[in-house]
Amino acid sequence: MIIQATIRKFGDDIDTDVIIPARHLTSRDPAVLGRTCMQALDPNFAERINKGDVMVAGRNFGCGSSREHAVLALRGAGISCVIARGFARIFFRNAINQGMPLLTCPEAVDAAQDGAPITVDVANGVIETAGARFTAQKLPDFLRGVVATGGLLPYVRQRLGAAGGRRP
Amino acid sequence: MTAVEKIFAAHAGKAGTAAGEIVTARIDRILLHDITGALAIDLLAAMGADRVVEPDRVVLVGDHYSPPPDPTAAGLLSLMERFAAEKGIRHLFTTGEGIEHTLLPEQGLLRPGDLVIGTDSHTCTAGAFGAVGTGMGSSDIAAAMALGELWFKVPETIRVTMTGARRRYVTGKDLILQVLGAITADGATYKCLEFQGDTIEGLNLDERMALCNMAVEAGAKTAFVPPDDKTRHWAREKHGDGGMAQAVWSDPDATFQTSLDFDAGAVEPLCARPYAPDNVAPVAATAGVRLNQVYIGNCANGTLTDLRQAAEILAGRRVAKGVRCIVVPATRQIYRDAMREGVLEILAAAGAIIGPSTCGACAGLHMGVLAEDQVAVATTNRNYRGRMGAHSSQVYLANAYVAAASAVAGELIHPAEVTGA
Repeated sequence: MIIQATIRKFGDDIDTDVIIPARHLTSRDPAVLGRTCMQALDPNFAERINKGDVMVAGRNFGCGSSREHAVLALRGAGISCVIARGFARIFFRNAINQGMPLLTCPEAVDAAQDGAPITVDVANGVIETAGARFTAQKLPDFLRGVVATGGLLPYVRQRLGAAGGRRP
Repeated sequence: MTAVEKIFAAHAGKAGTAAGEIVTARIDRILLHDITGALAIDLLAAMGADRVVEPDRVVLVGDHYSPPPDPTAAGLLSLMERFAAEKGIRHLFTTGEGIEHTLLPEQGLLRPGDLVIGTDSHTCTAGAFGAVGTGMGSSDIAAAMALGELWFKVPETIRVTMTGARRRYVTGKDLILQVLGAITADGATYKCLEFQGDTIEGLNLDERMALCNMAVEAGAKTAFVPPDDKTRHWAREKHGDGGMAQAVWSDPDATFQTSLDFDAGAVEPLCARPYAPDNVAPVAATAGVRLNQVYIGNCANGTLTDLRQAAEILAGRRVAKGVRCIVVPATRQIYRDAMREGVLEILAAAGAIIGPSTCGACAGLHMGVLAEDQVAVATTNRNYRGRMGAHSSQVYLANAYVAAASAVAGELIHPAEVTGA
């Protein structure tokens, strides 16, 4: 997958309450969640985003609550992938499970300018922006397998299937 | 091996593991709450799983929206109830029994040495009882319900040693805030925080819960307090003689990623300022912030110990005019114990609102939400932007003594300023 889109840049410690406050979690619909995504930092976030835009952020992206809705909200708002200096553990796992690409690449974060164009070659972890080319840290093989199947859901379906139809 | 390496090895059916290894482990308890649990219930169906592999290992707690403030929230609770009936899950708590992380040990659904996962990041609270608890997203929880097992990366352990006698009004809350201020919000990402030392041994189990609860605020995967006589006493009470059968301790030659030593005797009452739990400062240096709300409750600090601390300050005193002081016992049992002891009478006489056991105000959902620019002191675990209400509202995190004293003063204050002691 090659993403060509616009950078939406934020700072360090973007927490899941900022990504989507708990009071909006009565919905599990990405489109609904997307409408109130990131509002605490940018009231017009949902309107400003074009489908496919790339979120770029600093350290500890997605810290806080385990709400997988945070991934759904970003996706619902139109974000295709997140590039950060680092990710909080639960968010990282949730995004992998939902098949949302995450790239850890401090150098690309430094170079990225809000509103500038960016190209991301997800499979190879290659990021191009501001006239430079960066390579993100590689995922462990095991996780690449989960991403390659499209997330955890198809992975479990496959395993249940392999056990002979629906698992008894 | 470290204690956590041993717990993962035991659950992966292996003689040993080492930090960094990826293992597939059997799960003892799978904890779901009404918000993220609902998504896990959807995902389980989408995975094509007809049934939950081991229904007795699943615990469903409707605590975030209990009692429900609107029809949509009520629907999340009834979804859990239907799910329990369909899948034969008997551990169902949707009618005000309490907040999941406090309820789990209280109900005897946790043992030292257990591996617990939950759809809530504060599942690491289980470390207070010598178990491994870790928060996960709804997909992982659904997969665990479908398969009975899940993959884990065995975490490295940071050994945190705390020594020295605590000063007056210093609690487990201040000890974890001290650690958070020192190592910051991502200082323990992917790691286990193992707490030891005579200060930790001196904490009761309630205060150990407060300590372990906020490990995730440093990014930690889990937290661990080595079982001791207090744990043993509790385990016997809940489980009889077999309660400690799976208990583990780190070996003397275990490999720790880092060791951090703290002089707990030098720690004073602390607070975390907006908008980050690691933005820590002494209460004395932050005093004077005017307050609209004081909240004493949540999965970190809604225990009987916390309510007693609040009552110690509020006995014979009044909550300042214009301050909304809300006290939420974390479980119904704590509510009853506090009532029997006269603690609730003291709190209510002082002007506090006593609420039902719920996550409501802590997560900015209901029963104590902040308006624009309002300021609160809370015994909770998060003070992110908009956490307890409007985007511009502010939350200072502190212990129950500080919260109660601040309710009396109408501003953030060191308890000694109120009591003179």
